[in-house]
Formats: sequence, C-alpha cells, structure tokens
Amino acid sequence: MFELFNPQKTADSINDRGPNRWDWALLPLVLALLIVFAFGAMQMSHPFSVGEASEISLDPVYLPYYLLRTILRMFTALGFSLLFSLAFAAIAAKYAKAEKIMVPMLDVLQSVPILGFQAIAIAPFIALFPGNLLGVECAAIFAIFTSQAWNMAFSLYQSIRTVPPELSEATRIFRLSSWQRFWRLELPFAMPGLLWNMMMSMSGGWFFLVAAEAISVAGQDIKLPGIGSYIAVAIEAKNGGAIAWAIGAMLTGILLYDQLFFRPLLAWADKFRFEESQSETAQESWLLNWMRSSHWFRGLTDKLWILLSRPLGWFSVRYDGTSAKASVRQINPVWSKVWDVALTLACLWAAYRMITFIHSDVGWGETGHVVGLGLITLLRVMLLIALASLVWVPIAVWIGLRPQYSQQVQAVAQFLAAFPVNLMFPLVVFAVVSLNLSPNIWLSPLMVFGTQWYILFNVVAGASTIPNELRLASDNLGLKGWLKWKRVYLPAIFPSYITGAITASGGSWNASIVAEYVTWGKTTLIADGLGSYIKQMTEVGDFHRIALGIGVMCIFVMLLNRFFWRKLYLLAEDRSS
Amino acid sequence: MTKNLLIDLKGVAKSFRAADGTARSVLEKVDFELKEGEIVALLGKSGSGKSTLLRIIAGLIPADTGKVAYRESPIYGPVAGVAMVFQSFALFPWLTVQQNVELGLEAQGVPADEREARADAVLEMIGLAGFGGALPRELSGGMKQRVGIARALVTNPDVLLMDEAFSALDVLTGETLRNDMLELWDENRIPTKGILIVSHNIEEAVMMSDRIIMLSSDPGCIRCEVKIDLPRPRNVDSAEVRALIDEVYGLMTMRPVQEVAAGVPVPKRQDYRLPETDVSRIEAVLDLLADAPFNGRADLPQLAEEAELSDEELFPTYEALGQLGFALVEKGDISLTPLGKRYVEAEQIDRQELFGQQLLTHVPLVAHIRRSLEQEANGMLPEGPFLELLEEFLEADEAKRVLGVAVEWGRYGEVYEYDYHTGRLTLPEPAESA
Repeated sequence: MFELFNPQKTADSINDRGPNRWDWALLPLVLALLIVFAFGAMQMSHPFSVGEASEISLDPVYLPYYLLRTILRMFTALGFSLLFSLAFAAIAAKYAKAEKIMVPMLDVLQSVPILGFQAIAIAPFIALFPGNLLGVECAAIFAIFTSQAWNMAFSLYQSIRTVPPELSEATRIFRLSSWQRFWRLELPFAMPGLLWNMMMSMSGGWFFLVAAEAISVAGQDIKLPGIGSYIAVAIEAKNGGAIAWAIGAMLTGILLYDQLFFRPLLAWADKFRFEESQSETAQESWLLNWMRSSHWFRGLTDKLWILLSRPLGWFSVRYDGTSAKASVRQINPVWSKVWDVALTLACLWAAYRMITFIHSDVGWGETGHVVGLGLITLLRVMLLIALASLVWVPIAVWIGLRPQYSQQVQAVAQFLAAFPVNLMFPLVVFAVVSLNLSPNIWLSPLMVFGTQWYILFNVVAGASTIPNELRLASDNLGLKGWLKWKRVYLPAIFPSYITGAITASGGSWNASIVAEYVTWGKTTLIADGLGSYIKQMTEVGDFHRIALGIGVMCIFVMLLNRFFWRKLYLLAEDRSS
Repeated sequence: MTKNLLIDLKGVAKSFRAADGTARSVLEKVDFELKEGEIVALLGKSGSGKSTLLRIIAGLIPADTGKVAYRESPIYGPVAGVAMVFQSFALFPWLTVQQNVELGLEAQGVPADEREARADAVLEMIGLAGFGGALPRELSGGMKQRVGIARALVTNPDVLLMDEAFSALDVLTGETLRNDMLELWDENRIPTKGILIVSHNIEEAVMMSDRIIMLSSDPGCIRCEVKIDLPRPRNVDSAEVRALIDEVYGLMTMRPVQEVAAGVPVPKRQDYRLPETDVSRIEAVLDLLADAPFNGRADLPQLAEEAELSDEELFPTYEALGQLGFALVEKGDISLTPLGKRYVEAEQIDRQELFGQQLLTHVPLVAHIRRSLEQEANGMLPEGPFLELLEEFLEADEAKRVLGVAVEWGRYGEVYEYDYHTGRLTLPEPAESA
C-alpha cells in the first residue's frame, strides 16, 4: 500500500556503482594508519625489570617511532578520559546525591598537579604487570589521563545540565528512557563543547609529556620510548640539535592528528551546534570531504550507524504514564538529611586526619614554610598573568578585528599552548647563567610560557564577535584612542578575557612545578616557590612532603578560583547579558 | 457518557514552592474535560497557569491535589496516547526530519522497517514528502512546525496537545498550517480523537475550537466557557465569527469583579503585579488610539490589526492603560479617558510628570517603593527587599520581571532612579538649578 516515492533512495541507487576515485585515495591512507598503530601497540608490551636502564637514542632516525609511541599513548589516555567523562557526567547529572560529592571532588582533582598523581600511581601500576614494561606504560598513560580528563568531564557535565528545557520535555513526552535520552539528546548536545575540550586536553597532554614519560619518582628513573623521554635525554645531554628535532617531531605530530582526527571530527560535529542558524565559521576538513565522497566509506559508515543505533532500542520504557510505576517517587527528606550528615562527618574526619598528619609527620613549621612558598608562587602567577594580559590583550584585539588573520592565529596559539616548557630550558639556562640573572625573577616567565596563549585565543575569539554595528557606531561618534578602548573594546572582550585568564591561571600553577626547577645538563636553577618544593620532594621520594605540597597547592588554587576568578566571571556574565 | 471522556480533571490544584519555602498557588480548583471528537482551546493571559495545566495533562508535572485521568486511569507520567506539539518546535537539530519523526517510535522499540513506513506516510500526509533527509536548520519555521506535528501524529495519539503551536510563525504561515491541521481533523484522516490548544490568539481559538475555556490569573482558575457550534471551515469575515471574536475579546478584557473597597487604602498584595509592557508601547498604543481613524475609541480586533501586534503583546498594554487611568476597556472596545486625551496632547516633559502622578496614585508597587525611599535618610534602598516582597506571591522570574517594569515606569515618571550595577533604588536628585 505504501509504495512511496522516496527521492533519497533513488539518488543512492544511481550512485551505487562500486568504488570511485575517492575510494582509491582513501584506501592506502586507512591501511597505513592501521598498520602503524598495530605496530606501535605491539611495542607497548616489553619485558622489563625495575632498575633496568632504558635506552633512548638521540638519533633523529628514531623520532618517527618515538612520535608514534607518544601519540598512541596520548590517544589511549584520551579514550580513557572520554570514558571517564561519559560515566562521570551521566552519573552526576542523574543522581543529585552523587552530584554533591562528585562535583567538588572534580574541582579538587583539577587543581592537583600531574606529578602528584604520578607519585601515587607509579608503584601500583608496576606491580600490576610484573616484569613487563606495560605497567610503566600504564603509569604514563595514567599521568597523561590526569592532565586530560577533568576539563572534559566538567564540560560534558555542564552541557548536560544546560540541555534546552523544551527538548528535555520532548524526550519525556515521547517516553525516551534515560539510556535513549543520553544518546539522543544529552551527548549530541554536549558534543561541540566536548570536542573543543578534547583538543585542549591534547594540548595539555603535550605540555606535561616530559614528566609523564621520563618518570623520575622516588629514585626511579624510567624512560619510556617517546618524544617526552627524548626531550628529557636531550636536556641531560645538553644536545641543542636534538631539542630542535624534537620540536619538529612534535609539530608534525600535532599537525597529523589535527588534520586526520580533530578537523574531520569538528567538521562532522558541526551538525550538533544547537543554534539553528548557519554560522559563518563552519569547520572544513578535506579528509571528511574525501570520506563523504567515497562510496566504500559511505557504505561502511551507514552500516556502522545502523549497528550503533540498534542499542538505542534497548532499555525502552515498557509502561506509560497510566501505570503507577511512572509516578515520581518522593525522596524521603530524612534520607537526604542522613546523607548530608554522613558527608559532613566524612569531611570532619578528613580534616581531623589532616591535622594529626601535619602535627605528627611534618610539623607546623614546615607547613608554615610551604604556605609561604605558596604565597611566593601566588604572587608570581598573578603578576605574570597581569603582564601577559598587558602584552596580549591589545594584540589579540587587533587580530580579532581582522578576521582574515584570526583563524590562523588561533591555530598557531593552540600549537604554542601545547609546547612543553622543557623545550625552553636551554635558552633560559644559557641566558640566566651567562648574564648572571636571579633565577627567582627570570625563571618566572616560564610559568606563563604555555598558558598565556589561552588569553590570546580567547580574546581573539571575543574580539572577532564584536558586532560590526558597534564598531561602525563608535567610528561614527568619532571615538578614538584610549576612549575607544575604554568604552568599546575592553568591555566587549571582558567576558572572554576572564575565561582565558581563568584557564591561564590554573595552568600556570600546574606549570610552576616545571618552571621553578630548571635543569640543563648538570646545571640546575631553582626559584623559591611551591612548584620547586613539590618537584624536589618528588625526586627525593618524600611522600609526606609531596602530599603536603600538593595539598597546599590545591587549597591555593581552589581559594583563588572561588574568591577571585569566580567573582570576576559572574561580574562579566552579568554585564554581558 | 464517561466512556468517551479522554481527559478528566477534577479539583486540580498546583502550587510552586518559592525560594523562602512558602507555597504559591498557580492553579486552583480546576475542573476540565476533553471528550472524544472535540477541539478545546484554553485562553488566558500570561501567568494564568495555562501552560502549567497543559503540562499536568501531558504528565510532565504532577498535580498537587485533585484527579487527573486519561480514559479513566490516573496519570502519573507522560501517557502513550497523548502527544504534544511545542511552541518552539523542540526539534533535535542533529537529527534529520525522518529521524525526528521516528523518535517516538524508536523509543518504543518499533522495528526499523515499520518506523520508516509509518514516518513516510505521515510526512506525506503533512506535506513533507521528500524532506526526510533534511536537517531542521534547513527548513523554514512553518516547515519545522510541520515536522513537529508529524512527530506527534506518527505515534497515533488519542489526544493532541498544542502549546501555542502557531505563535512562533508569521500570521500567514500560521493560518495555512492551522487550516491544514483542521482539514486533516475534519476529514478524519488522523487517528486523533481530541485536540487541546493552548493559545493567546483569540481569532485562532474562535476559528479552530468547539469550546473556548478562559482562565483567570493569580491563581489560575477557570473563569468561563464559550461554546462554538459553527461548522468548519469558518470564515473569519462572517458576521457570526466576528461577533464571537468580539464576545471573547470582551470576556478576556473584563476586569475580575471589582471589590468596591470601603475606603481602605491598604492595597492587596496581588495589586503589586504589573503587566508585561513598556512605556514606549503604552505611548504608541495611546497615540494610535487618539489618531484617525479611531479618534479616541476603537474596536479591539481592529486596533490589533492596525497596530500589527498580537493579542499577547497588546493585552498587557490595555491593562496598563486601564490601571493608569488613560483608557477604559469595555466589552471589546477601548476608549481614551479625558486624562488620556490630555496626556496625548501634552509636551514630553509634562507627559512624564503626568505619568509620575498616575503611578503614585494608581500603581501600588511604585507608590510603595517611593514611600519606602522617602523614609530613608539618604533616600536609597537596595532592590532585594522589594524583590522578596514580590516573591511572596510570584515566581522568582516573574517577580524579577515585575520589578523591572516598576523600575522602568518609575524612571520614566521620575519617581525614583535605579543603578543597574549596584541594584540600588534612589530618590531622584532635586533638579539642578536650571
């Protein structure tokens, strides 16, 4: 009866004529990627015993292999970060009770520096795979994971919380189960933000790569084959040429996964943008265009989607609103009270433990000293963010007002944000030693070296969205010079500047561990501060003092976020609405 | 007779809990029935709880008390036989038209082949054949709402709820879609047994429904009901339809029975509520009313047509004009008062002064703010306490809106000033020596 004319089907059958030229072009690319990744994965499992020296060659011939291992490691970590984020967001958004613990917990985890996780995790991971390098590999992947996962989880959770109410109502009217709702509504809605955060996470992963791959915790000295270890060895050997090679390899790596992975994903995810209008900054990807024009690939993805959409039928709700099962269960207020009390007790217990720990194991004098170091680092972070803002805000506004440059600058800034600060060590050591400068002052710029770019690209993005009418109006009124900045540009970019500065501040704290303790061959430069304290204690393997240092840093970061950045953020939000 | 009762509400009440823990009533003692074979329209001003009522019927929110039943069984959540069409379409932008329409079937685990066949059939019926592969963002508003309707119809619902389904569309598109919908209904081409329309458009309600139910505000309860026995399709220019529209206009603008106060000047808290309009619209309507062709007196539907504004936009303005004593609304007509005439003819500066005077004498909230400020030594108060006062009987968003209106009016009438950044209200500075 329903033999309907379906224009889609007819179009498909016309095109259905076996492989076309896009198929032939894609085939070698896909095969090569598969072989390379299989090879890299096989190399991960290797006999190893603790104390064995691992050889890292500075010969550039090995670089492609190291690059492969590093990228494989980063993507594995990214995969786990994604799984973690999905689980975290789904649980935190669904269960209010879990949310109460999970969200503050993530806040804390976010402010723990990567070295902290590594110090705790390395021993269990090695014990997990005795006699095999896989344990160390896991520890490295875990360390990278800790530099990637938190912002992704936060982004996903935030998006799920802000799902448009009318879509949420529609899923309820059409009786989608929580499972279906997650895949059909929540995840797609969160997709653009999640992808953007995945890209940021990859940059974050590079930044701490040296620490993650060249593990030197508690007297252990293990170097996994990878770019990070290569850089570490080059620094020990004072080999400037090798540093240059490492930079080249890193650039290649970033370009490769950007073009082969993130661009196509971003272009594909364009359909998940919630604003229904077409935006002018649509992402383009040659690879996605290729894939979309290839029949084989299309056939494959169509099959895949059909396969993937089958689980959507799972967990259907079998009853409807006329069944008493659908009634909203009233949560007994007594239970939520009990829950609150339990949480409070747990917090009190933790506080008690902390006080006894400080009292008996490290002493109050040491704690005071560490807090003092924290204040020094705080001063450094704030001063440098201010300095970086003075430099970059005018430049960023200038660029943002010229759309022809802003896209390229964004890409470059993203690369620079990924740039491990260790690569700057030779230059800095050379300058400080030969000019006899004070490390306390001149090592500081390293802290914002990687993070200032967040200010740059957020402000560029903000400035590029200043409405054209506003600029025309200000020209028309004859606003010039400082007045124009004060009345038009600065207020317009304020919200995006704050977003950038928050990211930069958080990153700088983390970076202080690398930036306050600089080595080049046998030369070691140390600036007083919390970062160098943690780094030194990690090398000695004094777990009590590592814990103290990390704890103090967490508290500093959280207080700063809560009482300074958050206030500014709310102010910015209020003004711009 | 209860056999063909689709939706049955008895004594339904709903209140929301305010921030300070006190309950605020949104709906009170609502009895409502939707029988097989009828289209019912719910009319009411914003804040009358019509949207809440619709959501209770849809099973999206539970009623506090009273009976809510679908075909004799109580409703605890969204019911399979009830589908809804949304004002903002609520389409999933990342799903194609086809996938959007199949969504409800997919959720129920209907096999892919059957889903496709049913979606194709509905899309063809609603005039979207060939659009299955399109993304919603490629479609115009009218087409989007067609998808919204198709998505609801494909589940073969008994009851179709339409939440201001045509109000986001332009007039012509809305009319076309409305007529298409009625055609499907009158020719029995859809399995739907009853339709409930929530609307603020009087003409739409008169053209579509068999019964119009009017809700009053604060708290929402059913005020009156108008039966319409005219056959469809109805001609908007016919005398009967025009008369009906006028009648409904009259009923809608009728003030709730005025308690002739026995000289007690203490205002009731509900009087603090202000209509959702602004000074420039108030003045625009006044000017329009004063000029030819109306010359001070107008039929409401005609004024709406001339103003090119919807009823939802105009009603609050009429209310404001009435409250300020500039115009009188009676039986579907609006006329200027002598004061209104004076206002229209006055210079800008006098207008603002007159506005201020009327505010102080006729708008309790503004007068209350002014008095409170005068009692302060420095003539300054934060907005917080006023907001809290309003939140005692209004929802938080609504309280904020009302205070916003009071701020705008007060500023215009030079009754007080307001600083956005500090959220402080102050008495205006005495005019500097001119």
